[in-house]
Amino acid sequence: MIKDQKYLTEKTSYCLDLAKKLGATDSSVVVGNSISETVNFRNQKLDESNRSDNLGINLTTYIGKKKSSISSSNLLKENLDTLIQKCIETTKNTPEDEFNSLPDKELLAKEVKDLNLYDETHIKNENKIEYLTLLEASAAKDKKIVNTESSFTQDKSNFILANSDGFSEGYKSSSFTVSSVTVAKDDKSMERDYDYSSKCHLKDIKDAEEVGKLAAEQTIRKLSPKKIGSEKISLIFDKRIAKGILSTFAGAISSSAISRGTSFLKDKIHQKIFSDEINIFDKPDILKGLGSRCFDSEGVKTNTLKLVEQGILKHYLIDTYNGKKLNQKSNGRCGGTSNLYFNNGNISYKDLLNSKSKCLYVTETIGHGSNIVTGDYSVGATGFFVEKGEFKYPINEITIAGNFKDMFQNIILADDLEFEYATNSPTMMIEGMVVAGK
Amino acid sequence: MSNFFEKSDLSRNDAESIISDTLKKCDDGELYLENSKSESILLDDNKIKNSKYSSDLGFGFRAVTDEIVAYSHSNEISKNSLKQSSENLKSTLKSAKGVYNQEIPKTNKKYYENINPIEQKTLNEKIEILNKVNSYLRTKDNNIKQVTANFLGEQKSIEIIRSGGETLTDIRPLIRFNVTVMLEKNGRKETGVYGIGGRESYHSYLKQENWKNVCDEALRIASVNLESKPAPAGEMKVVLGPGWPAILIHEAVGHGLEGDFNRKKTSAFHNLMGQKVASEGVTIIDDGTINNRRGSLTIDDEGTPTEKTVLIEKGILKNFMQDRLNARLMKTRSTGSGRRENYRHIVLPRMRNTMMLNGNNTQEEMIKSVDKGIFAVSFGGGQVDITSGKFVFNCTEAYEIINGKIGSPIKGATLIGDGPSILKEVSMVGNDMMLDPGIGTCGKAGQGVPVGVAQPSILINKMTVGGTKL
Repeated sequence: MIKDQKYLTEKTSYCLDLAKKLGATDSSVVVGNSISETVNFRNQKLDESNRSDNLGINLTTYIGKKKSSISSSNLLKENLDTLIQKCIETTKNTPEDEFNSLPDKELLAKEVKDLNLYDETHIKNENKIEYLTLLEASAAKDKKIVNTESSFTQDKSNFILANSDGFSEGYKSSSFTVSSVTVAKDDKSMERDYDYSSKCHLKDIKDAEEVGKLAAEQTIRKLSPKKIGSEKISLIFDKRIAKGILSTFAGAISSSAISRGTSFLKDKIHQKIFSDEINIFDKPDILKGLGSRCFDSEGVKTNTLKLVEQGILKHYLIDTYNGKKLNQKSNGRCGGTSNLYFNNGNISYKDLLNSKSKCLYVTETIGHGSNIVTGDYSVGATGFFVEKGEFKYPINEITIAGNFKDMFQNIILADDLEFEYATNSPTMMIEGMVVAGK
Repeated sequence: MSNFFEKSDLSRNDAESIISDTLKKCDDGELYLENSKSESILLDDNKIKNSKYSSDLGFGFRAVTDEIVAYSHSNEISKNSLKQSSENLKSTLKSAKGVYNQEIPKTNKKYYENINPIEQKTLNEKIEILNKVNSYLRTKDNNIKQVTANFLGEQKSIEIIRSGGETLTDIRPLIRFNVTVMLEKNGRKETGVYGIGGRESYHSYLKQENWKNVCDEALRIASVNLESKPAPAGEMKVVLGPGWPAILIHEAVGHGLEGDFNRKKTSAFHNLMGQKVASEGVTIIDDGTINNRRGSLTIDDEGTPTEKTVLIEKGILKNFMQDRLNARLMKTRSTGSGRRENYRHIVLPRMRNTMMLNGNNTQEEMIKSVDKGIFAVSFGGGQVDITSGKFVFNCTEAYEIINGKIGSPIKGATLIGDGPSILKEVSMVGNDMMLDPGIGTCGKAGQGVPVGVAQPSILINKMTVGGTKL
């Protein structure tokens, strides 16, 4: 069983009290517990079972404008005493920083809404095995599939965040995640792909057969890929790749990158950085949302933000420290975005595919080729050549490159948004990027 | 050495009997105990932004039978907690019929000292150096708009208790020092990053000439990038400089030679043992025995002594990297490559210091021989799809080569290639082998472990360069 609110609150109070006694003028602490149980299958047999029980504490102490922090997984009193003492000593010896402080009291979350993020259901390993048996039987049907690896994880967690201004809140959350990775082989090639489903509530995860079937289909269609020549061509990003472009955008508007001057979107507030049709939301209060939260990692209340409205950048993602540096109030984004998404576009998926006589449909990218200082983008890619709206043949060993400043202006979105992850995008087309191949 | 049982209601004898009882019908398994202490001090935007100290304590209990692994871990070293873990393992492996493999080779060799680097310098000494780094750089170049510098120090004590009570221990120090510089000139911004590290004390690393070298190198890379032009797009010849560019070896062939992917036949290399996979001049080893290196280990995380494993010898594939599980199932021996990020994770076969050995050519010869291509000196990181064999790495410092001469610097671009065939395209191997500066972390299945790479300069006949200039 995961630790309850009472146990966690006892620990947070103990830490805050001791920190104060030892000389801290302010402090904040989070104590969390998570228990996760996983079963892995490989080639339709049990491969691994894994249970993890993690307990951890993170304490930050302030003495005036001096600040330091400690973290530990050992919550025995004796260890906590030593660590808190060490934290205070370190704080005393760390230089002052005028922007260090707890969040403004009036910004702290007053109420904690029930966002239905916790499902009490406990799925036993036997039932996970039943699910995976069905999944893998469905994944392995085609003879071209030579290896299947699937897993089922149940995650339950609970935490309390407290600070010396009297804030003390926390809540339980759960997630159930299934995934299947399949390998297909023919004379010329071996390819791998996957399907996945993750939800707060057990009954919402995809059907086992469907996960297996999709993983296998997506893998088999990649067999015998070709390499194409280098050219400027329109790209269509599958939803699972398109959401990555949205994450890069979020990184570039974080108040830390903005205040340090290390973002290509610095000084772009209230300017048009996307085309008119683009609207971007960050909505923390979606029921059962994978990124939902009642407050940010400092306890600041989080409201829905329309980050981009008709192409215009309206907000940065602001935490307390960087907010003070930028002379702005925190908007509850310490720790990043919540449920971040592009609003739907005006064109169907099918019409998007048909909108160009030829284009490249990207299903996977590899490499860390997004530079948020310059906006340059260059990554390896796998996908399909599309002609007149139809997938003609698979493509690999190519790269795609451009600069986000141009790419953002050239985004066209389909109307097929779904909430499968914490960050979501409809299928996306970007015109005029450079593909390097042969 | 940590005494894991000192403040617990669990005695060593209790633990040993629970371990032996749990593993009696298993092929393998152990209790892995870990106590790590780490610190991080960060200077950013002219200020000490963060000073953080962490201590982490816990155990991971593993039982293996045939191909099945059962694992349970907890932060709480107590009788109750270990018993609970034991029950978890037993319930997964109800029908186990294994015979416990007792054999673990022994070693007296150590490749680093039993030190705790964190204790070797006071916080104030470290803060003073970071402040010096900041002012040194900011007075050196007026275009500097941002300086970030940090220290990371760690000491990890581990103890492995096997069925029957056999115990193996190790104490592993690790430090790292990084500097990132951002320049701005005529509205254009570029960064340069450099760092050093190893299983060493801070003393040898924090000498003035050392930290100044790191600063100078970060500034040099940023300055080069400020002058860079768009990179070309398409297939061309690529000369790689010595040292850190060996990420190519790590991604292109290293991962594909890890035992698990080959046992499962999901690696593009699984059916190529004994065959020619590289040009004759290419020899690649994975070596855990180099003193004080980031990727070195005295014993791996299953207790097997580390070694120098020959992977490819004169172009022929000789060995995979193995942990105990994959070695047993492939009827070979462990190469001491069983590693885990920490007690929360299961053991996987991983790389240590992966190195391509010297050949006979010079870098000058290589560049002279190229009509049109690129010369890549430094990289940010890489990734591989071990099944299709396709891999990428991102240049952070590169130049065009035109008619045998180095030309202008080019913007960061991704290079993509095919692992099983790329080493056959290596047409010259240099005589200037260099180790990387000690900053590599390899990610696999969500676990990061410290690794090293090394290589001499090499010439690759063709690779696809992911620039924007057609």
